[in-house]
Amino acid sequence: MPPGGELSSGARRANAAWLPVAVVLGFVGGWELLARVGLLPNALFSSPAEVLRTLWASFRSGEMEVNLAATLARMIPGLLLGGIPGLLLGLAMGWSSSFRRAVDPLLMAVHPIPKIAILPLLMIFLGIGEASRIAVASVAAFFPMLINTMAGVQQIEPVYFEVAENYGASRLRLFTRVVLPGSLPMALSGLRLAANITLLVTIAAEIVMANQGLGSLVWLAWETFRVRLLYATLIVVSVLGFSISMSLRWLQRRVAPWVQEPSSVR
Amino acid sequence: MRGLGISSISRTETGERVGFVCEDVSHRFEGTSGEVTALDGVSFRARPGEFVCIVGPSGCGKTTLLRIIAGLLEPSAGRIRFDGLPDGEHPRNGLVFQEHGVFPWMTVLDNVAFGLEMRGVARDERRERAAVFIEKVGLTAFADSYPRELSVGMRQRVGIARAFVADVPLLLMDEPLGSLDAQTKLVLQEELLRIWRDDQKLVVYVTHDIEEAVHLADRVLVMTGRPGTVRERIPIPFERPRDLSPGQPDVTRIAHHIWGLLEDEVRRGLSIPG
Repeated sequence: MPPGGELSSGARRANAAWLPVAVVLGFVGGWELLARVGLLPNALFSSPAEVLRTLWASFRSGEMEVNLAATLARMIPGLLLGGIPGLLLGLAMGWSSSFRRAVDPLLMAVHPIPKIAILPLLMIFLGIGEASRIAVASVAAFFPMLINTMAGVQQIEPVYFEVAENYGASRLRLFTRVVLPGSLPMALSGLRLAANITLLVTIAAEIVMANQGLGSLVWLAWETFRVRLLYATLIVVSVLGFSISMSLRWLQRRVAPWVQEPSSVR
Repeated sequence: MRGLGISSISRTETGERVGFVCEDVSHRFEGTSGEVTALDGVSFRARPGEFVCIVGPSGCGKTTLLRIIAGLLEPSAGRIRFDGLPDGEHPRNGLVFQEHGVFPWMTVLDNVAFGLEMRGVARDERRERAAVFIEKVGLTAFADSYPRELSVGMRQRVGIARAFVADVPLLLMDEPLGSLDAQTKLVLQEELLRIWRDDQKLVVYVTHDIEEAVHLADRVLVMTGRPGTVRERIPIPFERPRDLSPGQPDVTRIAHHIWGLLEDEVRRGLSIPG
């Protein structure tokens, strides 16, 4: 790329970075303004400043922290318990077409069920404690991880297998030097997707039934009509989701530096 | 399972010379519109230390033939018999793929060192040996780059360096210089000839560039397609080292003869009346 081209595209990027910030500030500022002049009914649309005060207070009292911790304590084990088997099974199904043919029908029959709908069944098996909530989160993490990893292995160009074979790669080397790195970019997209869906299902499970967690806090805020707390909790959920996405993108840059930045954010 | 070898690659020692006989090799496969005969009774002998070029129009089965010689593909009929090896065994060989074939997830250095890595050469030694060939193909500044940062021509040079550094007795090259500019091509042709001469390797080199074939080869096999057969085997009598610069009368004369063998078919392929 000529130096001039690099410069101008750099300038464009800087521009593009400011634009979303301006949009957010404009949105929040406009909301604040409309709430202050009384154009928005205060009972439904608390002003951003009031919401922030509530948010701050909920952290100081420890209420938000406890609930955030409770959600993470379900989500992270869920992600690991579902994601790791999903990864392993995805690698196996991607590599061996006979294995894929054998288990694919069963998995694809289960996959379309909305995962939150399995919660009652899991509660029958595992009781109404933490186990059933973590289980539903892991079922949610399992499928995106599996499907993306499997597709990741399948889309590896056959020529790479031939090259490895041509240079006498053993099956182990074929796995570590071709299958694993070749499927890694898609496995990482699967992980991002799994993390998003796990967060979603965890919160849904907490809304249905839990004493603690961001989902139960949302529900509590609704039942007691604490609209500011409702907004404050949603902000925490949103920031949590965003942080997870960003850290997984950072992880991708670290472990798969050969991949071009994905164009889509999700 | 994918990527399972259909033939065993024998552990030939460094510096060993190989030759082979291609005996009546035919290959058919199922295409989208019925069975396609890619190769039909191809026979020739490649002597140890020889430089064989295969020219022919696209679709004449040149690539299929290389893959069969490499041991990546089992022919439908016929066989490749390597001197001194049991039936069905292939010597270690380096196949330079037309394009792609360079691992996107490895740096240039790791790509070039791949053959040594697979043979269990220690990391420091293989990096050292790879660096020598990376320099020869002019990519030293890109040793730690990933292939996506390189042009198509540069990626091809990575593939060539990988085959050279693996130090195999048999080099199989599928239009390896196809997307390079004329100057780089000339430099790499000279480098290839030097390596071939020094190490007494057997080179089978597929190209669609007739002049390139005449410049490089001891013998040119002219193939015609659908189904692929060997039309003529032409010995190239020029002294070595050769002058590879373009427009030499002797080269042009032989190239003209080969073009005469291929012209009809190329025109037929393009549906242009002669």
